[in-house]
Amino acid sequence: MAEVFVLVEHRRGEIRDITFEMLSGCRDVAKSLDASVTAVLLGKNVDNFVEQLKSWADKILVVEDDKLENFNAEAYQKVLSHLIKERNPVLTLIGHTSFGMDLAPALAAELGIPLATDCIGFEVKDGALIAIRQMYGGKVNARFSFKKSPYMATIRSAAFKAEELGLSAEVEKVPSPLTEEVTTKRFLEYVEAVVGEVDITQAERIVAIGRGVGDYSDEKVRSMIEELANELGAVIACSRPIVDKGWLPKDRQVGTSGKTVKPKLYLALGISGAFQHVAGMSASETIVAVNKDPKAPIFTVADYGIVDDLFKVVPALTEKIREIKGGS
Amino acid sequence: MKIVVCVKHVPDTAEADVVITPDKKGIKKEGLAFGINEWDEYALEEAILTKEKYGGEVVAITIGGKDSEDTLRRCLAKGADRAVRVEDPALEGSDAYALAKALGAVIKKEMPDYDIIFTGTQAGDDGFAQVGQTLAETLGIPHAALVTKVEIQDGKAKIHRELEGGLEEVLEIQLPAVLAVQTGINEPRYVSIMGIRKAKKKELKVLNLSDVGLSPDEVGEKGSLLKLEELYVPPVEKMAEILTGAPEETAARLASILDEKGLIPK
Repeated sequence: MAEVFVLVEHRRGEIRDITFEMLSGCRDVAKSLDASVTAVLLGKNVDNFVEQLKSWADKILVVEDDKLENFNAEAYQKVLSHLIKERNPVLTLIGHTSFGMDLAPALAAELGIPLATDCIGFEVKDGALIAIRQMYGGKVNARFSFKKSPYMATIRSAAFKAEELGLSAEVEKVPSPLTEEVTTKRFLEYVEAVVGEVDITQAERIVAIGRGVGDYSDEKVRSMIEELANELGAVIACSRPIVDKGWLPKDRQVGTSGKTVKPKLYLALGISGAFQHVAGMSASETIVAVNKDPKAPIFTVADYGIVDDLFKVVPALTEKIREIKGGS
Repeated sequence: MKIVVCVKHVPDTAEADVVITPDKKGIKKEGLAFGINEWDEYALEEAILTKEKYGGEVVAITIGGKDSEDTLRRCLAKGADRAVRVEDPALEGSDAYALAKALGAVIKKEMPDYDIIFTGTQAGDDGFAQVGQTLAETLGIPHAALVTKVEIQDGKAKIHRELEGGLEEVLEIQLPAVLAVQTGINEPRYVSIMGIRKAKKKELKVLNLSDVGLSPDEVGEKGSLLKLEELYVPPVEKMAEILTGAPEETAARLASILDEKGLIPK
């Protein structure tokens, strides 16, 4: 029977969510391709992971090696290309994560396998795989076909739901094909983002700013936002561009590469709503978005939206909130 | 140091209306502003900073039509020493894999003794996040994606890669290598008047496929492994309740909604 490979992603002793999302999300496509699902686990001392994965796959393929303790794209590529050549899975799935982005393109190129990155869904048409992915910052979806099989794809975080499967996987241990130390790329250490005085993950109310606020180093812009946040008793967080410009510290960034927040109120100002940002705030209780682009993806996540210039809306909103507070 | 930076000329669609063309293979370009891909702006800055620190030469490379010379001129004005643009009808329909092959061929021709190649981690238009890493594989050198810090020492680079949740990993990578940089790695400089003046005297070379030793079959649809079938408007599963009216009105309505929900502290 054909196999679908799902690469297990783990870091610092924990299996990452994307793994379960892929294992669960690929069942339909595996069925359409007449394939079983094999979780491919690379690492060192991974017995604990094997136990956790048993109910999520038909088979678990385990390669243990000291050289696989921490993720290393070069070492992973060597092992995976060996496994893929040996077993010829019809489809290999890898997370579209920092880890997968580093690994998949070079692996696919080495093997000459077509790769569709950042996929959010699949279709099988006349036995051939079609990948669905987004372009232009999520404003457009695209269907891509693969020139030949086998296929490889990287999967966007949270594109699929991880739903308990209740399977009992067969476990197969494979000797590591790594004969020597990987010298071209060496892991040294992890570094955590510097923790500032405000913990946005604990905030009940968040005013979040994005590219649409323009120059946040401008005193007028800053005080406009701060006044609103003060009236709401909210902390100020942001999307990536604000941190890239150095206007707010990294610990204020909401999204996949920053923090995940679940406040009672998330007020997004000038944030377009790229999936990387949405992944960090979609669980908020009430989401409000102000953006002048009516097609900004943020409006598909928000409960309430105002399509207008935030420089007009924000001062008016601050004023109205003051009135309400003054009247009570 | 011999430094290559690969750049792409892309439309800015962040706040623009994106309209799919009738053949469903592309988007309408009218009304869109084009410029250097955001990630590549940081890659360019990193290339120039590297040259300023260690000396050497920066060559900026792009694959694209005449209009992409705007992006190359920007590279030259900021401090790249020369620029190369590859244009060929056979490149039409190339996927990330084919583009990486083409870039590799240009680099081998234009700067075969490169020490470091910078690219952006992804492009804002197609979002593949694939070209830099694939390029490294075709050149047989190591790579790193989502690079947020680079320190070069003795034929190696100590780099930081962005992981999820605010975490970074520190790696040592052997040079030559492809470093695909993440936004925020540096503070891209502005283009100066002096820079624009100097750029006019710098070389901007245009090559075709045969100049870089590639056959038409190696690129375009024939040389690609992935094919765009169609673009479509994403289905909307959920939409916010849009408050309409003048700012005064929408703000008042929103304030009372927040008040009803007990979200205004008193």
